[in-house]
Amino acid sequence: MSGIRVEHLFKSFGDFKAVDDVSFDVNEGELAALLGPSGSGKSTILRIIAGLEKPDSGQIFLTGQDVTDQSVRKRNIGFVFQHYALFKHMTVEKNIAFGLEVQKKNKKEIKEKVNELIELVKLNGYNNHYPSQLSGGQRQRVALARALAPEPRVLLLDEPFGSLDAKVRKNLAHWIRDLHKRIHVTGIFVTHDQNEAMEISDKIILVNRGKIEQIGTPPEVYEAPNTKFVASFVGNVNIVDAYADSTGIVINGSTGKIGYDAQQNGRIPGDIVLLVRPEEISVTRESTRENVIPASIEGIHYRGSFYEVDFIIGNNSVKSFINKDEYQQNNWQDGEKVYLNFRQFKVFEVSGGFHKIHAMLRHYGYIE
Amino acid sequence: MKNKKKNRRRYTWGDLSLRGISLFYIGLLILLPLVAITVEAFRGGIPALWKNITLAQSVYSLKLTFILSFSMVLINVVTGTATAWVLVRYRFPLKNIINAIVDIPFAIPTVVTGIMLVALYGPRSTVGMLLGKFDIEIIFAKPGIVLALLFVTFPFVVRSVQPVLMEMDKDMEEAAQTLGASRVRSFFKVVFPTLTPAILTGAALSLSRALGEFGSIVIVAGNIPFKTQVSSVYIYGEIESANIPSALGSAVVLLGISLLILIILNFLQRWSSKYDLRQ
Amino acid sequence: MIYANNAEPRITNIISARQKNERRMSIGKWFLISGVLTWFLVLILFPIYGIFNEAIKNGLKVFIDQLRTPASLHAFWLTFLTTAVAVVINTVLGVVMAIVFARQDFKGKLFIESLLDLPFAISPVVAGFMFVVLFGPNGWIGSWFESMDIKIVYALPGMMIATVFVTIPFTAREILPILREFGREDEEAAATLGASKWQTFWRVTLPSIKWGLAYGITLTIARSIGEFGAVMVVSGSIINQTQTATLFIHDQYTDFNYPGAFAAALALAIFSFVILIIIQFLYKKRDLDKPKDLSLIEEIPDFPIEEGPVKNQGVPLS
Repeated sequence: MSGIRVEHLFKSFGDFKAVDDVSFDVNEGELAALLGPSGSGKSTILRIIAGLEKPDSGQIFLTGQDVTDQSVRKRNIGFVFQHYALFKHMTVEKNIAFGLEVQKKNKKEIKEKVNELIELVKLNGYNNHYPSQLSGGQRQRVALARALAPEPRVLLLDEPFGSLDAKVRKNLAHWIRDLHKRIHVTGIFVTHDQNEAMEISDKIILVNRGKIEQIGTPPEVYEAPNTKFVASFVGNVNIVDAYADSTGIVINGSTGKIGYDAQQNGRIPGDIVLLVRPEEISVTRESTRENVIPASIEGIHYRGSFYEVDFIIGNNSVKSFINKDEYQQNNWQDGEKVYLNFRQFKVFEVSGGFHKIHAMLRHYGYIE
Repeated sequence: MKNKKKNRRRYTWGDLSLRGISLFYIGLLILLPLVAITVEAFRGGIPALWKNITLAQSVYSLKLTFILSFSMVLINVVTGTATAWVLVRYRFPLKNIINAIVDIPFAIPTVVTGIMLVALYGPRSTVGMLLGKFDIEIIFAKPGIVLALLFVTFPFVVRSVQPVLMEMDKDMEEAAQTLGASRVRSFFKVVFPTLTPAILTGAALSLSRALGEFGSIVIVAGNIPFKTQVSSVYIYGEIESANIPSALGSAVVLLGISLLILIILNFLQRWSSKYDLRQ
Repeated sequence: MIYANNAEPRITNIISARQKNERRMSIGKWFLISGVLTWFLVLILFPIYGIFNEAIKNGLKVFIDQLRTPASLHAFWLTFLTTAVAVVINTVLGVVMAIVFARQDFKGKLFIESLLDLPFAISPVVAGFMFVVLFGPNGWIGSWFESMDIKIVYALPGMMIATVFVTIPFTAREILPILREFGREDEEAAATLGASKWQTFWRVTLPSIKWGLAYGITLTIARSIGEFGAVMVVSGSIINQTQTATLFIHDQYTDFNYPGAFAAALALAIFSFVILIIIQFLYKKRDLDKPKDLSLIEEIPDFPIEEGPVKNQGVPLS
């Protein structure tokens, strides 16, 4: 049974389409990331699931139940806000107890549960502190405890690490991952940080301009991006202009062909963009290897545990990460002419119907 | 897959009833009276209304009100800004008490103000008798009115300027001085422009208050037509003598000016937030 | 930089110039301070002294006797009544209006909101006049009440309406900015935790505006007690019937009963002082309603980091 399911959500603010036909599934017990750039609509989607916004159309199901018309207070969700929204005039204890008091549980039960949660988030001794006396990371943990107290069926986190500094972020992110394993509540968190999403989620849902670009596990999304957006948003990627036909790929402005059969891969010959990750580029001085592309080194940057090397291929700039040992073995120099091999890459059509038509016409011989 | 497109209400019945209550309250107590008095004023037609407004006594009282109020505002701007400056930038004994006392005019009933001023500066008081020797009249004469207006509006400019001064880092002034500006020049070129919206706001508030002030003036001015009768007192007199049309005439003029000042104040608020670097 | 050989004397020149400048500055500064203090003395402090003097000069007993006359007591009673009504109505409605304007959006909201300031802007006499036109025996609404033999103007109801009118803006204007800027997320959080709108209001919203509200209520009280012009026009100032304390003072004064007038005036003045002190106190507390800036608090590295081998920081190896 699915933990969270949304079907065909639409939401516009005036003329602006914030959510454009979004459907996805999060299985019971999974922790999913809604990943995308600012303004992509991911927070809106989360708020719709929570009931804080009403969709223009579409349905929301929580643990199999249709909650589309239910008000937020009846949905039994746990929500953690980006800026925590702790009740500043209440102590840590009272904040956490709030949801339980609303449910009119008896005092003893409440006290027990609150202590349990304070223990869980490791804030023992801070019971009577006020939010203003806590650091950002501590406030975040209180917000989490407060959301978990009424035992919600799903947990929703809106950029939970947004206001924290890098180190605290990392700690907290991993800790939430472990907590989630222990508690087994279905969860979604919104983030624009793909590292975070990759590190702690079971499933990544990529959102861009209100639409879903791809859904998959972190490896799936990284290794097999479906669109240019996904490939460039998750992980680092080089975008290279090139031309492909049945004989191979030629990078604009350069010689050398990469072995590739356009037709076999179901593509019409024509202009393409080639996406290759920095770590998938091999460098060699030998021109005799197959599928190598001539390039010249434009810059070498030391990064501590690796080197970042920039190359020029024809009209394009390309970046690569070279292992320290390998670099030291070969000792490449700025300006040197070398040969690159792309061990793995993805090809996407250049967006725009004109290009497709142009390529098609060229293919069938109507134009030069 | 079904695409449910239900008309989802954004506001609950609870929200809407709260809105209804608010609108009813403001409509009944603010909008309706405004409309009523305006309609009644124009009931006899515009020529009749104009005649009432231009009655000699009405015109005199309006002119007097304006001249005295404007003079008072000019004085208040200078003294208010100076007071705010002193309170923010300097330290001296009893400063905190003085700062608290600035608000007294807000708390004291206007009638009490009038009585205080008469008690202290009236013709039978020590000061009054002393000034009388030089033929200077304060109470029951125009200076007395200005004095009363100064008292009741004293906090407006001060409290308007103070927060802006406090927020203003001394850095700006010091930067100007490192660039060679003298203290006076840095005041006029750097401090003053930042303070201008606040000063103007305080001035507008004082003016608005002064034009309508009644309680203190009624006691301090003695209500001598064509000498110390301001508009509010004139209107009151006309109401008491059941000369409603003439009262309406002046009232509508005062009302119009008050609304104008209100609009200007709104613009000033927006202007002053322009300088807010925190935004 | 190369200094000329006669650098030393130049530097001392600069120093003495600065000292001279500073001396000039402090003279100017003290001049300014004494100017302001004198202004203060003449305008504010002397008059206050004057009233004490006048009221007490015939002895404390006379002072108290004047206050205890039936007319005086009745006047203070009416002041109390009208103030109480104004405070209750405008506190409740002020909160309602602030919530509506801060959380809802509708056509004409800007216009209606700006109407809130009207009682500040118009002359009390004109305000009272408006209500006479509206609620007087021949008034738009008043004529209907008159036909049922209910008096509004020249009676207590009219006085209450006038007092309520002049105090409309205080509470609303105090809490509106707070609600506008803060509190929306808190209310959403409460909703996600299952609280109803009423529960949210009592347990989350109201506590968050309590100091602003207290300040607004105090201003309302101060204004109601001091209200004069509007109530005078609307009530007719009939002694022992429709006179509030301020009207009583005026009446006594114009009747040349100075001891009575000054006694009541002093009583009101003393009360105003008390209110003033409360206002000052609450003004500072108002800032407590605003949440503190997060960025000012240092991170406390108290959170236990995972035990075990340090994970590879993840550099892609070719």
